[in-house]
Amino acid sequence: MEFLGYINYWVFIVLMMSGFYLFLSARNLVKKIIGLNLFQTSVFIYYISTGKLRDGSVPIQTEGIESYSNPLPHVLILTAIVVGVASTALGLSLILRIKDDYGSIEEDEIDAQDVLS
Amino acid sequence: MIAEHAIILVVVLPLLVAPLCVLLGRGTLAWGAATLAVWSSFGLALHLLGRVLEEGVLRYQLGGWAPPVGIEYRLDLAGALVMTIVTAIGAVVLPYSFASVRREIDEHRHAWFYACLLLCFAGLLGITVTGDAFNLFVSLEISSLATYVLVSIGRDRRALTAAFRYLLLGTVGATFYLIGVGFLYQMTGTLNMEDMARILTEARPDGLGPVHSTKTVRAALAFLTVGTFLKIALFPLHVWLPNVYAYAPSVVSAFLSATATKVAILVLLRVFYTVDGKATPFDALPIADTMVPLAIVGALVASFVAIYQRDVKRLLAYSSIAQVGYMAIGIGLATQAGLAASLLHMINHAIMKGTLFLAVGCIVYRVGQTRLEGLRGVGREMPLTSTALVLGGLSLIGVPLTAGFVSKWALLQAVLADSHWIVAALILLSSLLSILYVGQVIHVLLLRKRPPGAAPIQEAPLWMVLPTLVLAIGNLWFGIASDQAAEVSRQAAEFLIREVAP
Repeated sequence: MEFLGYINYWVFIVLMMSGFYLFLSARNLVKKIIGLNLFQTSVFIYYISTGKLRDGSVPIQTEGIESYSNPLPHVLILTAIVVGVASTALGLSLILRIKDDYGSIEEDEIDAQDVLS
Repeated sequence: MIAEHAIILVVVLPLLVAPLCVLLGRGTLAWGAATLAVWSSFGLALHLLGRVLEEGVLRYQLGGWAPPVGIEYRLDLAGALVMTIVTAIGAVVLPYSFASVRREIDEHRHAWFYACLLLCFAGLLGITVTGDAFNLFVSLEISSLATYVLVSIGRDRRALTAAFRYLLLGTVGATFYLIGVGFLYQMTGTLNMEDMARILTEARPDGLGPVHSTKTVRAALAFLTVGTFLKIALFPLHVWLPNVYAYAPSVVSAFLSATATKVAILVLLRVFYTVDGKATPFDALPIADTMVPLAIVGALVASFVAIYQRDVKRLLAYSSIAQVGYMAIGIGLATQAGLAASLLHMINHAIMKGTLFLAVGCIVYRVGQTRLEGLRGVGREMPLTSTALVLGGLSLIGVPLTAGFVSKWALLQAVLADSHWIVAALILLSSLLSILYVGQVIHVLLLRKRPPGAAPIQEAPLWMVLPTLVLAIGNLWFGIASDQAAEVSRQAAEFLIREVAP
């Protein structure tokens, strides 16, 4: 029960670590972005989990309901999602230009070209 | 009315003019709008600095919502100081950018360039004024995202990979910061920095001792610290920096080197001092034990690597990592003198690195490249540019009567006051190394002869040389009449420390 109660946080940690590992180990630029995305998304899950209250209702005031989930983390994470989308978009467009100029999106091949030039 | 809202106008003005630049479409018009916005911000920043010196902390409630529910803008002396640096550098760099940008960036991108520069500027200023931990994250990302675009906007394709790596590491740094803020929010239920500090240090009703001694808060501080280390490029998290500064357009290198790392250091101070009411980082986490050794190793290694660089901009980039090391030493000492020395070095480093990168930009304008072997004797034919370069270089080494000397001396005194003899010796050693790399640049530019048959070179246009010289003279000014800057940074440090121990 203890473990299941914290399932959100376990998901957060597993996602975060796999994203981070992919980010560090991949040599392909798109895979790196995927890893980064996973890493960021895990943080969103964490934030959303912190707002949840046991038996808490949606944060809309109605009669007969005493406890509400905390909406603030959700709002915060909306902003963070926007930031995440922006950085992903920027990263992908950089990859496009790298592909145009280098003809490759593999880190090794790009580095090899820069050493020669 | 303006005085009342000055604190937010500084940030909002460039933020609003940024889309206007894109709408204006033409490079010249966008440049005009951007210059006006940045200069107005500079004026407002000076006004605010004066007011903070007189009245103490300035507060402003966004949209009239009272903190801790609403977002509060809160300008203390350290923030005002960094704000003045950023706006001053912006005010100097923009007149310079007109000619330089035309040479280095394709014409259809000019308007976008100025828009991104303003966004970056607004983000950096947002960090200096905000009193809200999450708002700081947003400002940080606004400035970072604009920075990635700025770096990659030039013609050099290597800038693309540099910007991409910066994006990856910068995003990881920011996400670490986000995790840290999440942990702190979970423990305190507030995002307002002062409120956080209060709740963290307050004794809890159930008698368990204050929240700041819990593991969660320690983990939060660790995340915040490491994330910010990435942003300030503290060794060994500096790998993104050399290529970014080396391949970005000259204006961008100058602007970033003089402002971005400085603002990131302010973030670090906010984490250590403002958020954390009791400076637990220094008690609970081995920050002083890790930060000072890392900083000193970084200063030495980066200085050493700089000697072997064949590209002037890369050389200056490595020197920046070394200089960030000095600032980190001052912070890691966790004494008031150390903090004041760090802040002072922050001002002076902005001036000297700004000078150097602007001077190199003048050379790029005429010669078109920055590799040392192509620059033999160029300085002889560009007397004004090389004067600025020499002044900046001497200041970087820390020759007496220059700004660099004053702050390095302050740092040494702070280190010696804590009787860290080895650290002091290593700082001196790293300064000796800087003589080697600066000497190398000056040697190639001034003492070597132009290869026979090389085309004659003119001095760079007046509008590029003038801002460069203004900053160069700044080096002398802050070296000779150093009392004022030293006094302001001492007060700023005193205020930050006082927040910790009320």
